[in-house]
Amino acid sequence: MTSLPTTTGKKLGLVIDLDTCVGCQACVTNCKEWNTSGHMAPLTDLNAYGAGADGVWFNRVHTYEVAGHEGCGASASRTMHFPRSCLHCEKPECVTVCPTGASYKRASDGIVLVNEDLCIGCKLCSWACPYGAREFDVFEGVMKKCTLCVDRIYNENLAEEDRVPACVLTCPTSARHFGDLGDPNSDVSKLVASRGGVDLMPEMGYQPVNKYLPPRSRKDTASSMPAPELKPADTANGLLGWVDRLLSR
Amino acid sequence: MHPALSVIFFTTSSGAGYGMLSVLGIYATLGYLSRSLWFSLTTMIIALGLITAGLLSSTLHLGHPERAWRAFSQWRTSWLSREGIMAVATYIPALLFGMVWIFLPASTAVLGVVMAVCALGTLYTTAMIYRSLKPIHHWHNQHVVPCYLVLGPMTGAVWLLVLSQLFAQPIPFLSPICLVLLAAGLTAKWLYWSFVDSTSGPSSPASATGLGKPESGVQVRSIEWPHTEANYVMKEMGFQVARKHAQRLRTIAIWAGFLIPGVMIETAILQPSTNPLIWCVPAALLMSVGIITERWLFFAEAKHTVMLYYGAQKA
Repeated sequence: MTSLPTTTGKKLGLVIDLDTCVGCQACVTNCKEWNTSGHMAPLTDLNAYGAGADGVWFNRVHTYEVAGHEGCGASASRTMHFPRSCLHCEKPECVTVCPTGASYKRASDGIVLVNEDLCIGCKLCSWACPYGAREFDVFEGVMKKCTLCVDRIYNENLAEEDRVPACVLTCPTSARHFGDLGDPNSDVSKLVASRGGVDLMPEMGYQPVNKYLPPRSRKDTASSMPAPELKPADTANGLLGWVDRLLSR
Repeated sequence: MHPALSVIFFTTSSGAGYGMLSVLGIYATLGYLSRSLWFSLTTMIIALGLITAGLLSSTLHLGHPERAWRAFSQWRTSWLSREGIMAVATYIPALLFGMVWIFLPASTAVLGVVMAVCALGTLYTTAMIYRSLKPIHHWHNQHVVPCYLVLGPMTGAVWLLVLSQLFAQPIPFLSPICLVLLAAGLTAKWLYWSFVDSTSGPSSPASATGLGKPESGVQVRSIEWPHTEANYVMKEMGFQVARKHAQRLRTIAIWAGFLIPGVMIETAILQPSTNPLIWCVPAALLMSVGIITERWLFFAEAKHTVMLYYGAQKA
């Protein structure tokens, strides 16, 4: 049903650190790698090796030049890498606009999913998402989206430490964190509180579960760490002194 | 937004059909609708034909048209589902109305009201599909519903005028009512364009990336896209072509869709000695071209917030 649950048991989601993300695209790659054979498989690619390549991806990393933000410090601007994927909103209108009931938000953990067998491919959900999180699979004729790796996080065939979304598991700078954002005592909730985590486009009223940590404020100058001054070698004593005296004759 | 031709044809064709049913229903209720087998039969076939062709066309843009029946299930939350239900439900009073009007001597007053309400209700649900989408400022505003509710009956009334003249079954006051509807349609579209030209949505690249409110002064400039080729999101939500010619296309829509047809129908009123079809047939054809242009612009000019991630400064 496309009616939203009044509350969800958990609010599973991601916390993404824009201060430490280096834009390496590893999360994008591992997302594609896992999900092209996962719950929403396949993530179809068309003309993958030619001109006009097109395909379904759940995660896209943009790069921006940011100016006028405290994260820039004394510099005029800074570079910021920005991963963009489904935010598993509390008020996901991508779900409520769905005419068939294919889109739904799980009451147990808040994950927003698509039932591909019910999807008629009308694309209205992708219009209703302010964040561009949903991508249509023209080959399969159905809408696809991030599953928060629902087939990893509960997967008892995986080692417990691997039961996190593929993007989180693979991030080399630990810029991505996964957990229950509905629990104020969870690690991710504490991280959001300590770093001042924010919603994307809060004015849209979708109440995203995923939070972003803005770039931290920079110090204006690097701290001073001078090297010791260079002094001439001691030529008064020792072997070096004898050699010096010998050659000075 | 990408202007899918199937959806443009659906909203204009079905819009005219439902508009014609609403005008017919109101006339029948007021007792101003004459009965003549060929006029009644042709009018109902054309009205329901426009609707049916539009509805079938609207399924063409679906990824799985064979599952379209599932779209009737989520009327609790989805305006698209509500539209599907209203569109199909309107067939019931429309077919009953048609049978009584064409074949039976009974009154069509009650069926006329029911049919008009259902037809206008369908136009309303269509408009609400767009009106309810918050990421698209060009659609999420108070001018969208009035536009759809006026343009449907306007196009339906002008084509009904042509049919009534073709079968020499004059409908009282229909010509002046067409003029009023054309004026109302132009006013509604004028207000819509003035609104979208002078306002923009509440979001900005800064709010889209969580760095600050739009007025915060934080500047976010896109320097690298996540992909080298256009993806689905850019193709569907980042349509560019029409904006280049938007002003010229608006001029075409205004003159062809409203002004020239109005002058032609007015000329037909002022020259009762000439055959009105000489004026009204070109008026209806020109109006249809203008309204299709208007509908194309309605999609092509609409900007989606996702483009803020791809370098757009406003949405």
